[in-house]
Amino acid sequence: MKAIKHIGLVIFLIGLATFTALPLLGTFNLNEADFNTIIKGQNIKSEVFINTIKSDIIGQDFSGMQTLSPKISKAIENANEAHTKNKEWDKKIYTKSSDMAAMIGKKSANGFIPNNKGLMWFLTFGLGIIGALMFILPNVILLGKKGIKNDGIYHESATNRGWIGWMVFIFLVSFYLVLYFASEYATNWTLLVDPISEALSGNPAGHWFVYGFMYCTVMTVMAVRMYIKYRHNIYQVFRTTSVLFFQIVFAFLIPEIMVRLQMPYYDFKNAFPLDYDFFFQWNLKDLINNGGIGIFILVWGIVLTLIVVPVMVYFFGKRWYCSWVCGCGGLAETLGDPYRQHSDKSLFAWKVERYLIHAVLVFVLFMTGMTLYSFFTDSSMILGIKTSTVQSIYSLVIGSIFAGVIGTGFYPIFGNRVWCRFGCPLAAYLGFVQRFKSRFRITTNGGQCISCGNCSTYCEQGIDVRAYAQKGENIVRSSCIGCGICSAVCPRGVLKLENGPEKGRINPTEILLGNDVDLMDLVNQK
Amino acid sequence: MEHIVIIGNGISGVTLARHIRKLSNKRITIVSAETDFFFSRTALMYVYMGHMKFEHTQPYENRFWKKNRIDLKKGYVKTIDTTSKTLHFAEGNTLQYDKLVIATGSKPNKFGWPGQDLEGVMGMYHKQDLDNLEKQAPNKDVCKRAVIVGGGLIGIELAEMLNSRSIPVTFLVRESSFWNGVLPEGESEMINRHIKNHHIDLRLSTNLKEIKADENGKVKSVIIEETGEELECNVVGLTAGVTPNIDFIKDSDIETGRGVKVNRFLETNITDVYAIGDCAEQHEAIGNRRPIEAVWYTGRMMGETLAQTICGNRIEYKPGHWFNSAKFLDIEYQTYGWVFGKKGRPDYEQHFHWKHDKEDICITVAYHKDTKEFLGINTFGIRMRHEIFDRWLTEKRNIDYVMSYLKDANFDPEFYKAYESDILTQYNLEFNTNLTAHKKSWKRIFSKV
Repeated sequence: MKAIKHIGLVIFLIGLATFTALPLLGTFNLNEADFNTIIKGQNIKSEVFINTIKSDIIGQDFSGMQTLSPKISKAIENANEAHTKNKEWDKKIYTKSSDMAAMIGKKSANGFIPNNKGLMWFLTFGLGIIGALMFILPNVILLGKKGIKNDGIYHESATNRGWIGWMVFIFLVSFYLVLYFASEYATNWTLLVDPISEALSGNPAGHWFVYGFMYCTVMTVMAVRMYIKYRHNIYQVFRTTSVLFFQIVFAFLIPEIMVRLQMPYYDFKNAFPLDYDFFFQWNLKDLINNGGIGIFILVWGIVLTLIVVPVMVYFFGKRWYCSWVCGCGGLAETLGDPYRQHSDKSLFAWKVERYLIHAVLVFVLFMTGMTLYSFFTDSSMILGIKTSTVQSIYSLVIGSIFAGVIGTGFYPIFGNRVWCRFGCPLAAYLGFVQRFKSRFRITTNGGQCISCGNCSTYCEQGIDVRAYAQKGENIVRSSCIGCGICSAVCPRGVLKLENGPEKGRINPTEILLGNDVDLMDLVNQK
Repeated sequence: MEHIVIIGNGISGVTLARHIRKLSNKRITIVSAETDFFFSRTALMYVYMGHMKFEHTQPYENRFWKKNRIDLKKGYVKTIDTTSKTLHFAEGNTLQYDKLVIATGSKPNKFGWPGQDLEGVMGMYHKQDLDNLEKQAPNKDVCKRAVIVGGGLIGIELAEMLNSRSIPVTFLVRESSFWNGVLPEGESEMINRHIKNHHIDLRLSTNLKEIKADENGKVKSVIIEETGEELECNVVGLTAGVTPNIDFIKDSDIETGRGVKVNRFLETNITDVYAIGDCAEQHEAIGNRRPIEAVWYTGRMMGETLAQTICGNRIEYKPGHWFNSAKFLDIEYQTYGWVFGKKGRPDYEQHFHWKHDKEDICITVAYHKDTKEFLGINTFGIRMRHEIFDRWLTEKRNIDYVMSYLKDANFDPEFYKAYESDILTQYNLEFNTNLTAHKKSWKRIFSKV
């Protein structure tokens, strides 16, 4: 069994290494016809740019995106410089150089990789999946009898911030940097999944399709790990199945199929303000221009945020969204599960959390207010601030860096819910409802707590669960996403997630059940 | 300002200090020779198993103490002079107190076995024991076998710890079945099987004769009393119960028995000297409880109680209904009220036992054979709600009532398979009754009587 695991690990690493090397491999040769299509599609009027590309790039062989991309960005830079000088504003190119390089790369890729998409898919995704499953599946036997399986977590380099953890950190951060800021290097990855994309939406894959496909793959494989690890705990099994379903069907398949049906790309479960660009001008226009389905999405998006979300939180707590439906939560609960113990439990971290997450909520509401004002008044500035500037800052700082690079990249260091805990504005909104008007709580079972600290250690949201449990007090915290792990790891059966009457939900106590009843009355009823 | 000195920074002493701080402005000092800060002793096992780091066992952040003006002093108290109200430390210094609380907990029992002080022989109680185990048994190459002597809760925890590092374990248990001084037969047997299923070499009705040393004075093997068999091993865990950790007061005026003798107000024979927690011994047992209760929550409750007395509201220690919990490897155990094993079971106590046909899940309900009053319940693999059982015990419900309202008491996580109907079906069959199960009701659960 152990041998299978080791072989699986080697296979996985081969797949991962191939995948990691791909951005720098491959050959590119742009022909004039393809370039003309791009010029047309992008409505490029800069003859400086067109001529540079024609003389420097077309018909030439480039080996690796790293040789092609700098030439393209240089060409854009030079062209824009010339046009600025001559005040030819209409000729300036506003397409980001990495997007341009990605477009040209996609059209011009030739050689082994585009000609052997299936094989290359197998050598990357295929080996990765097979290797990972070979590594994970033997645990059915190796982990022994069903029960809590946390042995050795703080002895292993991977899960105790050792060198493996740091390697994973570097890989994830780099991956997100490529995805958000250098998408031309994802060109070869897009080629691997072209057949899948074409089957779904009819279009070739872009880097966001790669991300979506990879997201589903990683979640599925790591969900298998969850099923094995928590096979004694049916709550975890159901919850894992639910997040997996919503990711694959709602976040991945339905939007792609909608594109095929000439409908807007839309994830029906992605609620504003997590879906921060829902009210952006281009999206509103796109929805309105799409007729019936567009209007339906518009109404649904508003109803989802204003009615569905709070009503569901009232009945079930924010867990219904954060750990049963949400995609960010889904990745955190599968890929992120081995790192859940790294969330900081200190009072200081809690303070930072409250400032930060509420600041993001204020930011997104402020930005959306500006956006809507601009939309309805047709003005691009408010009090001297450009709406589009605020939008770009949010997209960059919050949408990309916070949610992506830090949110996922830092899993092995700060735990798997960094974004959900410190940044997600939807979580902040759900948190208010959960804290002040909800039936959800984690009940503490009388006086049974022995202060062992398993619950706090494994709380991914950094809640010091024990601090409540050892006082016999229920846990009602806005940040709790109801993953149920505290209850699972408790050795004494102290914690239970439940939805019940609001009365008695918050029950601060001084003396715990089991002591003298008169003393309890005396102290607790003060 | 009155100076309260507490010897021992375990759950009793720390609970007491916290509550005194809530009630008053007194000067508080906690003395400990074990660690700088309070930690949860029950969690030491998880540190060795790699579930947690040691700092995770500390329920309060280090700055908590300063913020709450609780002075922590590291030192080993050698003698107590109760006339001058002075503590003398092994380090040579002294400390004056106005009121003294002894909360020094327990230490592992040693029954005079030859070789019991060799290197590699240890209990599993103090932080130092954990450090020692980490040194003596870091892995299965250094520690090729460990022998555990004594089949109680610490013994099975130590077995689980060593098992987590794949170190072969032989588990010597004096009784004919695991923990059968406390557990009824059916449950005890289930745990026997569970232990063996984890590849732990469980030896029942087996006693230790002696521990043998190698040429370096380290453990080499143990000899078994009954068979004379010699078992090679590198570590011997002595887990045959605990005894109050009070050697340092034997020479003082404070009255001691096995523990520090206290009355119901937790006062010793000397004015202004109190004792709480594992080291306190009641002159007379309270109800069915033992005079010395080495249980986490009783220590906490004594701390809660004594804080009142020290702060001017003199009250008796009056624990409520007995309850407890433990975990045997993968099986969670909870108990509410009294369910006796064979030993010490009153004549009037009878049992209803239900066990799942495949899984390690079972319950035992104790009731009075004449009145049918519900006396207590043991559950294995099913979590139960403390509040509900506490209330049913206070209300002196009969077993029929308990069986038909069992769903109110279930505390398992959501979506877990519920067994109340199976349990009731069997109950109806055995008792020739025709009870129907009541649906869980929040109204009942929350109703305060």
